[in-house]
Amino acid sequence: MARTLNTMLKWRELSVIVVAVVLAVYFQIANANFLLSNASLQNLSQFIAPVALIACGEVVLMIGGEIDLSAGMVYALTPFLMYFLTRAGLPAPLAIVGALAGAAAVGAVNGMVTVLLQVPSFVTTLGMLFLLNGLTLTLSGGTPVGVDAGPTLAFIMGRGGYAEFVWAALIVLVMHFMLRNTRWGLHTIAAGANPTGASEAGIRTRELKMVNFVISGALAGLTGILEAFRISSIDPTAGGTHIMFLAVAAAVIGGTPLAGGSGTIAGAMIGAMVLGILNDGFTLIGINAFTFDLILGGAILVAMLCNILISRYRRRMAVS
Amino acid sequence: MTHTPIAGLRATQMTYAALDGAEQIAVTDLLRAEDIVKTFGPVTALNGVSLRLRRGEILGILGDNGAGKSTLMKILTGYQPQTSGKLYIDGAETVLRSVDHARALGIECVYQDLALANSLSVYHNIFLNREILYPGFHILNNRAMRREAIRCLEEIGVYIPSVDAEVGALSGGQRQAIAIARAVHARARILLLDEPLAAMGAREAALIIDLILRLKAEGNMSIIMIMHNYAQTLDIADRIMLMQRGQVTYESDARSTSVPELMTIVRREYQHFQLHKESA
Repeated sequence: MARTLNTMLKWRELSVIVVAVVLAVYFQIANANFLLSNASLQNLSQFIAPVALIACGEVVLMIGGEIDLSAGMVYALTPFLMYFLTRAGLPAPLAIVGALAGAAAVGAVNGMVTVLLQVPSFVTTLGMLFLLNGLTLTLSGGTPVGVDAGPTLAFIMGRGGYAEFVWAALIVLVMHFMLRNTRWGLHTIAAGANPTGASEAGIRTRELKMVNFVISGALAGLTGILEAFRISSIDPTAGGTHIMFLAVAAAVIGGTPLAGGSGTIAGAMIGAMVLGILNDGFTLIGINAFTFDLILGGAILVAMLCNILISRYRRRMAVS
Repeated sequence: MTHTPIAGLRATQMTYAALDGAEQIAVTDLLRAEDIVKTFGPVTALNGVSLRLRRGEILGILGDNGAGKSTLMKILTGYQPQTSGKLYIDGAETVLRSVDHARALGIECVYQDLALANSLSVYHNIFLNREILYPGFHILNNRAMRREAIRCLEEIGVYIPSVDAEVGALSGGQRQAIAIARAVHARARILLLDEPLAAMGAREAALIIDLILRLKAEGNMSIIMIMHNYAQTLDIADRIMLMQRGQVTYESDARSTSVPELMTIVRREYQHFQLHKESA
């Protein structure tokens, strides 16, 4: 019995899975169309995918005690970069790659300012948030534009009903594996848990952190492109702080502490699912948007509390 | 991968044989530092420190806070370069370019903060930055690292309940032992220990002292320990060095000195310093 409990506690993501399942069952009972209809399932997947994708980047940074507040604005800017590159005559696939490189470059600037000038990432990326928002609004003149690409490419890049979710699932799987099973992942966690110690062990913690900012920027950019294809329009006011905070919330609910030192990508994915289930579930049973934020806030606080209690309990179990 | 006990025994005998002839002692100096000076702007942290570490011995460095012990340590590990002065390893003049370079020469340091990542397992910590990877990729071979970590801990006689445990959940002594195991596994020839017994209870300290003495007895390792506690240092070390205000003020065989004598020297130096300050 105690042993089963121990195994369960070792698996950090389990408590969030339980929450997700309980919520899903509740909403399924409250509204029979919640999960078992294709339309609502697709709807749910389209809420989860962008949150999970951006959360991947946030988790990697949060492990190192950093955060990327500008992710939502990278999300808004990148499709415009793609649009301008297409207008300049580049074929769509190249324009996508170019736009992603731009998103990665934003991440690189975030990383360099944070690491080299030792500005807290909260400040760096807060500045970048406003800067990019202004840039996107200026470039676009504040008006949405259309997306031009062949139907196949558009389908793959998000127009297909579950295309974005497939992207998210694949990237979550790859990132989860990499964080757990590669040198990069181990070093990211080590540098987050003990920055001085990790550099004393010879890990290049500064380079590592910069790379992780680039990853976060690129993922936010990809999310923006996928969303643009999905809704067939590039909106300068898309994304923003809302999607970024949802991603951070998903990471926290999934078990990544804001203080850093540890974290899980799969947990963030499940965290995104919890947020999605709450969002869709309450919409379907007819609760208004104000109440949703109330519940979301409560959910984050409760998740944080559980996280602290569980990790304290795990420590105690491991010692005895 | 690591030394067999037999090879260790042979190395010990060789060291003692070498020590028999007085003229051969210079050859057995594994590490020699000459006239090391380190300044940080207007502050002189080390003011002409010389030391020698013989093969297979334990050198204890004593001194108060600010005496320059940690600065000396950082120079010996290649963490930062000295302002002037020379280092000799195996008799050859060496400029340590980086921590990795010092490591390649067999110099390992266990820092006071132990450089352990609390949220990682024991075996990941032992292999931190020296991971066993599957060929061709940067993918961790966890099974091999686990197995090797168990073997390594067994070999140096350290009992840890589980190598899967997160290091943050272990006691201070266990954590120190893991940090030392990491250095041993890296095939250190020169092991630098920064306050290995700091903030440790008597039982924990005994475990670490036992481990240090066992490593010495195996004969493959020469150890420099930075210490605060005079009595413990005299117990473990072969030789001791007293550092005060960036200089070596006393050096002796551990057996031919005592705690009262060291205290007298420290007090005398301190009074001398005070007088000097007043007259200046």
